[in-house]
Amino acid sequence: MAGEIGHFALILALMLALTQSVVPMIGASRNDPALMAVGRAATALQALFVLTAFAALAFAFVRTDFSLQVVAEHTHSTQPLIYRFAGTWGNHEGSMLLWVLILSIFGAAIALFGDNLRTTFQARVLAVQGMIGTAFIVFLLFTSNPFARLSPAPLDGAELNPLLQDPGLVIHPPLLYLGYVGFSVAFAFAVAALIEGRVDAAWARWVRPWVLAAWTCLTCGIALGSFWAYYELGWGGWWFWDPVENASLMPWLMGTALLHSALVLERRGALVSWTILLGILTFSLSLIGTFLVRSGILTSVHSFAVDPRRGIFILAIIIGSTGAALALFAWRAPAMKSGALFSSVSREAGLTLNNLFLMAATAVVFLGTFYPVIMEAVSTDKISVGPPYYALTFVPIMAPLLVLVVFGPMLTWKRDALADVVRRLRGPLLATVIAFVVAVAVLGRANVLAASGMALAVWLVIGACAVLVRRWRLGGGFIRSVRTTPTSTYGLVLAHAGLGILVAGISAMTAWQSSKILVMRPGQTVTIGREAVTLVSIHEATGPNYEALIASFDFTRNGKTRPMTSERRFYPASRSQTTEAGIEGRILGNTYVAVGEPDKAGGIVVRLYDHPLVGWIWSGAVLMALGGCASLADRRFRLGAARASAGYVGRLVPA
Amino acid sequence: MKRLLFALPVALFGALIVFFGYGLTQDPSHIPSILIDKPLPQFDLPGLDATSPGFGTAVFGSPVARGEPKLLNVFASWCAACPQEHPMLGRIAAEGVPLFGLDWKDQPDAAKAWLAQLGNPYARIASDPGARTGIDLGVTGVPETFVVDGHGRVRYKQIGPITADDWEKTLKPMLVRLRNEA
Repeated sequence: MAGEIGHFALILALMLALTQSVVPMIGASRNDPALMAVGRAATALQALFVLTAFAALAFAFVRTDFSLQVVAEHTHSTQPLIYRFAGTWGNHEGSMLLWVLILSIFGAAIALFGDNLRTTFQARVLAVQGMIGTAFIVFLLFTSNPFARLSPAPLDGAELNPLLQDPGLVIHPPLLYLGYVGFSVAFAFAVAALIEGRVDAAWARWVRPWVLAAWTCLTCGIALGSFWAYYELGWGGWWFWDPVENASLMPWLMGTALLHSALVLERRGALVSWTILLGILTFSLSLIGTFLVRSGILTSVHSFAVDPRRGIFILAIIIGSTGAALALFAWRAPAMKSGALFSSVSREAGLTLNNLFLMAATAVVFLGTFYPVIMEAVSTDKISVGPPYYALTFVPIMAPLLVLVVFGPMLTWKRDALADVVRRLRGPLLATVIAFVVAVAVLGRANVLAASGMALAVWLVIGACAVLVRRWRLGGGFIRSVRTTPTSTYGLVLAHAGLGILVAGISAMTAWQSSKILVMRPGQTVTIGREAVTLVSIHEATGPNYEALIASFDFTRNGKTRPMTSERRFYPASRSQTTEAGIEGRILGNTYVAVGEPDKAGGIVVRLYDHPLVGWIWSGAVLMALGGCASLADRRFRLGAARASAGYVGRLVPA
Repeated sequence: MKRLLFALPVALFGALIVFFGYGLTQDPSHIPSILIDKPLPQFDLPGLDATSPGFGTAVFGSPVARGEPKLLNVFASWCAACPQEHPMLGRIAAEGVPLFGLDWKDQPDAAKAWLAQLGNPYARIASDPGARTGIDLGVTGVPETFVVDGHGRVRYKQIGPITADDWEKTLKPMLVRLRNEA
C-alpha cells in the first residue's frame, strides 16, 4: 500500500514539476502575476508530494516490506532500525529520490521565502529548478523506479552493504546531496540571470547564502566520507583519489571559486560573466558526480548501479542542462555589462587569481578522473591514474594558492600597493620564516618538503588571525571591534585557519606516517611510533546481524596502558566482511590497528599504523565548515537582500 | 573575438560529451584480451583421470590444418557462477557446437563429482590444477569462454557466465561466421 501511495505521489510530483518548469516561464515573459503565482504553488506542492513519496519509501524500509524490489535488495530483517531507515538512501533508487527531495525542498524554499526577489526573476529561477526536477523524476520513474514491486515477495531481503552500516554513512550521502543540490540554486539563478540579461550586486547577495550553505554541507560531507574511509575500510588512508571522491572534490573546488567570485560581484560589481559561468559549472560538476557513480563509465568501489541505460539518461540530463546553459551563456553573456575595473594589485585581483588557481586545480582533478575514459576512446588501453599523478599536478597548483590565501583578506578593494600589503603581513611572514627554520633544524634537511608544509600551515593560521588583529588595531580597541566585526569576518578567519590545520595534518601524514604488517600471537608486543602494542587475546562474538572476531590489544605509552579492540565482522546475509579498526586518537596523532585473517597457529594478521596529526585533517575541514556557518549567520544576508529588492520593485513597476 | 571566448565553454563541453558518449557504449567490465586474433598458446593437458583423454592446442587446428571453430570454456568446481552458466553450456553442446572444458585450479576428483551432479556438456576436458595454462591464456576468473577459429586462433573472449542473450546475439553468430570463413 505504502508503495502505491509513494508511486502515485511521485507521478503527481512529476506533473507538478512539469507545470513548474513551463507556466512561470511564460508568466515571466508576459509579466502575468497569476501565471507566476501558479509556478510558486506548483513548486510548494511538488515538494509536498516528493516528501510523501520519500516518506512512503522510508516506511517500506523500516517495516521491511520485501514486496518492494529495492527493499528486498537492500534490507535484511535482522538489520538494526537505524540502518533499515538509512537503507532508504543506501541504494541507487532511494538515493536519487533523496536527491529529488532535496531539490524540491530547495525549490519550495525559494517559492515561499523568496518574496524579496524580483517576481519575474523568481519565476524564472523556479522554472529552471522545475526543469531539473522534471528530468530527475522522469529518470526515477522510467529507469530506476523505487516503488517497483516483486511478486512473489521474498521472505527476507538481501542486506544493505555492511560497509554502509555505519553511523557516518547514515548522514554522509544526505550531506553530500545537500551540497550538490544546493549548487542547483546557483545554477538556476545563473540561468535565470542569463535569460533576463542582467546581473548585479543584489543577484550575488541572493546567491551567496545558497552557495555558502551548499559549500558548508559539501565540506562536511567530504570530511565525513574521508573519516569513514579511514576507520571503516581498514587501510588507514584518508583520501584515495578514487573517481567518486574526486567527483565530490570537483564541485567543492569550483564551489569555493564561486564563493569568492560572488563576493567580488557582490562588493564591487565585477567578474559578472565569470561568476555566472562558475555557477553553471559548479552544478554541472555535481551532476557529473552523480553521473560518475551511476553510469558505469568509471568503475569504482562506490558504484551502486552499473546500468548503461541510466548512464545515457543522465548524460541526456547533463547535455540538456549544462549544454543548454553554456549555449545560453555563449549567446547572452557577451551582451551583459562588464563590471567595474580594478588594478592588478587589489582584493579583486587577488580573488581572481584564487579563482584561476582553483579552476586549474579542478581541471587537473577532472583530467585525472576522466583520463581513463579519454584514453579508452583514443586507444585500446584501460588505464587509470593514481596518487603520483595528483602529487605531481594537484599539489603544485594548490601550494601557490595556499600562499595566496593569506594575501586576499589583507588587500584593499580596487587598488593597493604591494609594499603596503607586505608591511601588513610582516607578522605572519616572520612567524612563517621562524617556523620553517625551526622545522628544518628539528627535522633535518631531508624533510624540507614536510617543513615547508608545516611553515605553510603556520602561514595560513597566523595569516588568518592577522585579519582579526588588523581589525582590532584599526577599529579602536579589542572590545569595541569584537562587537563590530561582522560574523562573516569570523567565518573567513575560521575557514582560512581551518585550511591551515588541514595542511598541517596532510603534511605530517605524508611525511611521517609509519606502518607495520605482521602476524601476531597473543602475548606478543610490537612498538609502533611511541606506542607499545600488545595482543592480549582473540575471541569470537555475535552482533545483531554479524559475527565478529575481536582482537583485544593493550596500548602502552609512557607507562600507561589502555585497552583497545579491533574487529573483523562477517555479515552472513550478504556474505561480506568489514573491518572495525581500533584507533587510539590523540591530538598529536593516532595509533591505528586493524586485524586481518587469523592463521591456523593461533596468530592473526595485524596492521599497525602511526598516524601523526591525522585528526587535524578532519578538524581543519570542520573548522572550514564552521567558518561557512559563521558567514551564513551574517546579518548582511538577511537585511541587505530585502533592501535591495525594494529598490528593484520601485524601478520595475513603472515599466 | 569576445563572442568566441564566451563560446569556448560550450565547445569544450561538446567535446567532452563525445568522449562520455563513447565511454558509455563500452562495457565497463570488458577487459581486452591481448590474445585476440593470436594463436592459442601451446599446451597439452591430461584429462580428469586416466580413462578420459585430455586435449592440447592441436585439437583447435593450426594455420595449415583447418578445423571447425570451437569453444574453450574455463570452469572450476569451486566457482560460484559456473552452476549458473551450466544449463547454457548444455544447450550449446546440444546444438552441436564442439565445447572444450578447461578445469582450472581445481582438484580433478572434485570436478568429476561436480560434473556427475550437473551433467557433462564438454566434448573433452583438460585438467589444469597448477593453473599454468590458465596463466598463458590470461584467465582473469571463472567462468571464461574463448572462441577459437578453425586455425587455432583466439577470436573472442567472454568474461563471466554465458547468458542466453550472449549466446544468441554474440557467440552463435560469431561461430556461424567463422564456420563460413574460408
